[in-house]
Amino acid sequence: MDLSFTANEDAFRAEVRGWLNAHRPHTPLESLDTAVGFEQHREWERVLFDGGWSVPHWPEKYGGRDCSLVEWLIYEEEYYASGVPGRVSSNGISLLAPTIFEFGTPEQQDWFLPRMASGEHIWAQGWSEPDAGSDLASISTRAVRDGDHFVLNGQKTWCSRGAYADWIFCIVRTDPDSERHAGLSYLLVPAETPGLERRIIRRLDGEPNFAELFFSDARVDAKHLLGAEGAGWSVAMATAGSERGLNLRAPGRFTAAADRLIDLVKSADVAPSANVQDGIVDGWMRAQAYRMLTYQTAARLSNGDPIGSEASYMKVFWSELDVDLHQTALRLAGPRSELVAGSSDAVANGRWLTDWIFALSGPIYAGTNEIQRNIIAERVLGLPRR
Amino acid sequence: MHFAFTEDQKMFAATIDDLLSNECSPAALRLAAASDTGRIPGLWEKLVTMGLVGSTAPESAGGLGFDAVDLVGMMEAAGRHLAPEPLLEHVAVALPTLADGGASEVLKAATAGSDTVAVVHPQAPFALYGTEATWLLAEVGGEWRVGETEGLTLVHQPALDLTRRLFAVDPPPGWGEVLDVESDLVFDRGAVAAAAQAVGIGRRLVGMTVEYVSERHQFGKPVGTYQAVKHHLANAAMAIEFAAPMVTWASWCVANDAPDRSREVSAAKAMASDAVELAARHALQCHGAIGYTQEHDVQLWLTRGWALASSWGDAAWHRTRVATLLGI
Repeated sequence: MDLSFTANEDAFRAEVRGWLNAHRPHTPLESLDTAVGFEQHREWERVLFDGGWSVPHWPEKYGGRDCSLVEWLIYEEEYYASGVPGRVSSNGISLLAPTIFEFGTPEQQDWFLPRMASGEHIWAQGWSEPDAGSDLASISTRAVRDGDHFVLNGQKTWCSRGAYADWIFCIVRTDPDSERHAGLSYLLVPAETPGLERRIIRRLDGEPNFAELFFSDARVDAKHLLGAEGAGWSVAMATAGSERGLNLRAPGRFTAAADRLIDLVKSADVAPSANVQDGIVDGWMRAQAYRMLTYQTAARLSNGDPIGSEASYMKVFWSELDVDLHQTALRLAGPRSELVAGSSDAVANGRWLTDWIFALSGPIYAGTNEIQRNIIAERVLGLPRR
Repeated sequence: MHFAFTEDQKMFAATIDDLLSNECSPAALRLAAASDTGRIPGLWEKLVTMGLVGSTAPESAGGLGFDAVDLVGMMEAAGRHLAPEPLLEHVAVALPTLADGGASEVLKAATAGSDTVAVVHPQAPFALYGTEATWLLAEVGGEWRVGETEGLTLVHQPALDLTRRLFAVDPPPGWGEVLDVESDLVFDRGAVAAAAQAVGIGRRLVGMTVEYVSERHQFGKPVGTYQAVKHHLANAAMAIEFAAPMVTWASWCVANDAPDRSREVSAAKAMASDAVELAARHALQCHGAIGYTQEHDVQLWLTRGWALASSWGDAAWHRTRVATLLGI
């Protein structure tokens, strides 16, 4: 047990911090969910990539620097603490890349991974359908084999970044006679495929941050199948593991938010109420606990033990922490909390409100927290399913 | 950064877990509760023989030189099995403090286990098993003092957990010997050990409740198949699993005198207190009426869990301390 950072880890932290400070954009970028902001954020991805800081935990040959898991956690802490722009490529890097590393052919790895790392390909996820949300196995978008192509028909929805993304990773039903988990395949779809139409869905504050996809005889090259035909469910669940576990939301995001909240309360003219003060303490403690659990998990992974269903704890924990941290900041802002960016009296130009709106989606996406609690109860604690 | 216990630490904790699992059966705990002392006869001597009682004294004083990290697994086991012994007070707090303060005569007898040391602090104000202790380590007006219990007036304070024999004690002015130690460090040792015990109790409460709701049938199926019950237990387990690494981290801060030690200890104790209280609440609810009886064993863990949640600073007290140390 050594919970101090080594000299190398400290040097790594200093290097990340120095680089981010030297390369941060001079002016704030537009929201990455707008057409303009999306391209600005793609440029930032390129800056990160050129500096070798886009995917530091990846192998060098795909644009990474082979850093350790602990170094990656340090990188994430510094990334969020520095306040540089968010990652428009996070769907690809966090959710799809682990699956490509595990199931992709060498050709797929060589072609997709560097383009993902550089921001040339920004990815969206095409899993949910109007009638397949929590019950993901009931998806009905069909992909029928026609020579060396699949012909897609159906509808996907809630695709974050889906309006502007270049590629979409989908789960489709390749065996028309199959039901539930069987007969599904994992298919990588170019967004510009003829027969694929995209319609923007605005979230509750009007941001165009996700999309619906309509497939009408859209032809996709069969070489873009990820994993075996018909094995889509197990391939997809490998990604779900990444999403709920270490890959999607590193603790740095929350420790940085807790620190900003403490700065906010210290800079306020009025002392916070006891209720708000307790909310700040609570958020800070939970962020710290998430950090420690993650370092513990990282040590387990580096010892060669797998991350299992306990990853479900993480998703529930951070998504609810995220909501509470931002809600506490809004309580601190009191009657100014409803003001959005552009209001002269808005606290931090409305950022806490925007981030809170984003945080509200956390308990819903990546498997609702109700589903996650069922998974914890059944797979971790061993409670009977029926 | 490597967040994992060593094989030695795991092995020692497992050995203690085995011993306590055999010795502290619910039947043995009920006998202890009905006895004069509240303890299990012969258990302390076994813990002395295994080296645990003297483990935190320096090797030069006949101990094993264990630090707070070495104790985490052992304290958790003491919580899990409700060991009715002053392990927290004597092993986690007194021995390292006596060593720091240079009280070598007391340290020698306490390391050998022939004498036990009771500990009191404003946040743990009653001497556990005080009438059986030869020595008392007491925080008086910000100073830690050690002296003999003989001559002090110890007034029994009956507690909900019948194995917790608590005594009010009020050392007179000038009593005992002042130890030159950092006052907060001594308290932090107790708080983090109490947090580790709370984690052990909480884990056991979840485990025994999972067993119960998997067996108990209503409407023709186990009550554990209902989502409301599942979510209660998932929430309790989640609170415990996040408190646990905070307790380990805070113990490391104590062992290594890290700069933010007291803040991290208070965060760990606040989270562990909240977690064991949540586990107790859901354990009781999911057991239903039977869990509300003295007859059912779950009450043994409920009452100890509530005691450890408030002893050595409850969640509210530690949250206030975190706020102060964060400067808000």
